Amino acid sequence: MSVETGVERHLFNPGHTACAGCGQSMAARLVIEAAGSNTIIANNTGCLEVFTTRYPETAWGVPWIHSLFENCAAVASGIEAALKYLGKKEGTNIIAQAGDGGTADIGLQALSGMLERGHDILYVCYDNEAYMNTGIQRSGLTPFGSNTTTSPSAESAFGNPRPKKPMPEIANAHGIPYVATSTSAFPQDIQRKVKKALSIKGPKYIQIHVPCPLGWRHSPSLTIPVAKLAVDTGLYPVIEYENGKLAAVRKIAPLPVEEYLKVQGRFKHILNNPEEIKKVQAIADNNIEKYGLKQ
Amino acid sequence: MKQFLEGSQAVAHCIKAVKPGVISAYPITPQTHIVEELAQMVANGELDSQFINVESEHSAASVVLGGSATGVRVFTATSSQGLLLMAEVIFNIAGMRLPVVLTCANRAISAPINIWNDQQDSISLRDAGWIQFYAESNQDVVDLHLMAYRIAEDNDVMLPVMVCMDGFALTHAVEVVDIPAAEQVKKFLPDYKAPYKLDIDNPITLGFLADPGCYMECRYAVQKTLRETLDLIPKVQAEFNAVFGRSAGGLVEEYMVKDAENVIVAMGSVCGTIKDVVDELRSKGKKVGLLKVITYRPFPEQAIYEALKNTGRVAVLDKSISLGAYGPLYTDLKGAFFARKKAPKAISGFVAGLGGRDITRETIKDIFKKLSGKQVNAEFMDLKPELLEEKA
Repeated sequence: MSVETGVERHLFNPGHTACAGCGQSMAARLVIEAAGSNTIIANNTGCLEVFTTRYPETAWGVPWIHSLFENCAAVASGIEAALKYLGKKEGTNIIAQAGDGGTADIGLQALSGMLERGHDILYVCYDNEAYMNTGIQRSGLTPFGSNTTTSPSAESAFGNPRPKKPMPEIANAHGIPYVATSTSAFPQDIQRKVKKALSIKGPKYIQIHVPCPLGWRHSPSLTIPVAKLAVDTGLYPVIEYENGKLAAVRKIAPLPVEEYLKVQGRFKHILNNPEEIKKVQAIADNNIEKYGLKQ
Repeated sequence: MKQFLEGSQAVAHCIKAVKPGVISAYPITPQTHIVEELAQMVANGELDSQFINVESEHSAASVVLGGSATGVRVFTATSSQGLLLMAEVIFNIAGMRLPVVLTCANRAISAPINIWNDQQDSISLRDAGWIQFYAESNQDVVDLHLMAYRIAEDNDVMLPVMVCMDGFALTHAVEVVDIPAAEQVKKFLPDYKAPYKLDIDNPITLGFLADPGCYMECRYAVQKTLRETLDLIPKVQAEFNAVFGRSAGGLVEEYMVKDAENVIVAMGSVCGTIKDVVDELRSKGKKVGLLKVITYRPFPEQAIYEALKNTGRVAVLDKSISLGAYGPLYTDLKGAFFARKKAPKAISGFVAGLGGRDITRETIKDIFKKLSGKQVNAEFMDLKPELLEEKA
């Protein structure tokens, strides 16, 4: 507690400019509070950077650096190398973090390099499923059918024509010790996985599903329920890989995908189209089968 | 100690004495020998440094950015497409006020692909906020690297420095070079103590969002500092002289300019050839000279004005071109004489040596000859007309 202001100090402080109901801001706070004050963060360009560091304010209570859109994995690699050189690596966590565009698209090469080189860094991808900061454009992690400004639904298109890029599998294919997905729906799950990841030496990848009320077009009050529905329909499997093997999954009693789609404006256009819904259901079914999600 | 070394090896030996804690690079000709040599030194245990092999130049620049932001002295080297791939990070490093030192083994830019020397790569990044030095010889290369760290890490500067050495002409040329001992280097270049850094005991936010209310001031601050280094560089040059017993660096070097009627202005290894031609023409009674520009950014406008204000005719030789306009050094030099009391009667611009085409003594003599003719602003030297004709 700060005597002068009466405001409690956090490692990720309130007062930033995120939208109401922002799943990413919740997840980012959970991540850094779990990691602790002995953490250095390298952040890609994106919503999180923009809404937390507008000069002369900063939301961050830990050393934090932003360089560019695609290079947090490489900047973090440099931080790790420098700490090793200084003999200060032990006892210091390094987190590289970015949104889905910064991770699955423009930053994929730098991320792959970081994973392949074996740096002792936790990479966190905040997956809100589009380039939200620049006006809701499609990214490689935008789900099938989603209506974005660059994958619009119109007379000859049903929104985004491709499924999500399999980022957790891509990360896992690098032979790294820990890969997990999590979601704003389960705060304790995020914190448990961050702590677990940081207890393991080497590169780690956690992808967190973070609802974006603006881009997904749901009420800010529904952030947590929407995130839960993504899990419960099988569209966002919550899983853990350890040393390349699927080690744990969050079991579900699968709900039909409509339950998830109907609470979001971005899928409104396919709700009256059974053929398109069938395709989304097939993606969920495939996840349920592939990861053994059924209770 | 005087050693018979390839230019690239000379850089590596110098960097070893400088002791960077983080080195990162990606292979590209003609830069590779520099980092191969450093990798070997690290592998041998002769150099205590983290050597990070990355997947691209973009990441090499990002790794040294991260290392520098953590308060550690860093080094990287590249060329040509590699430098262009780094370009975004290059601007970022300067804006973040990180004292990174980079060797650019100058090489032509694609297309067409060409591995040989000109200066289009580094010149294309002249606006990035880096200090840029151009070396004439491999001794220059070594000395300029020492100057580079000393100036970059000065707490009143905190800006990156690019040391430009002509690819092959210098990187692969074997010469006698005096590599100063580590103790001597330490006298000139103290251990790096970062005035700000990523440190869990004193958390700071680096790389913030600047809105229109403060962005311009950040850019102005870089501009102001760069202009101020025009005063600092000659002072550091004098310090260097005191420690190592030879002059190195500086803004410009005048070679028989004082009484010259015709002067060529150039940068890099071609200055050696020009000096030879100046000697030959002087022996025949011709009043010619060379003005070697060592510091290209910040642009030493006043030093150039003072050196050339009484000269009759000036030829600027660029090994690069701002396509659709003129040679960049030519444009800058014209600017230095704009609205001044004194100025040369004529300033002509020549482009030569692109993609490794030899700039011979004949080329230089030809440029001196052309100075008595019509003023030109971007004349390409030694073009082959037969290659420009369309064949039926």
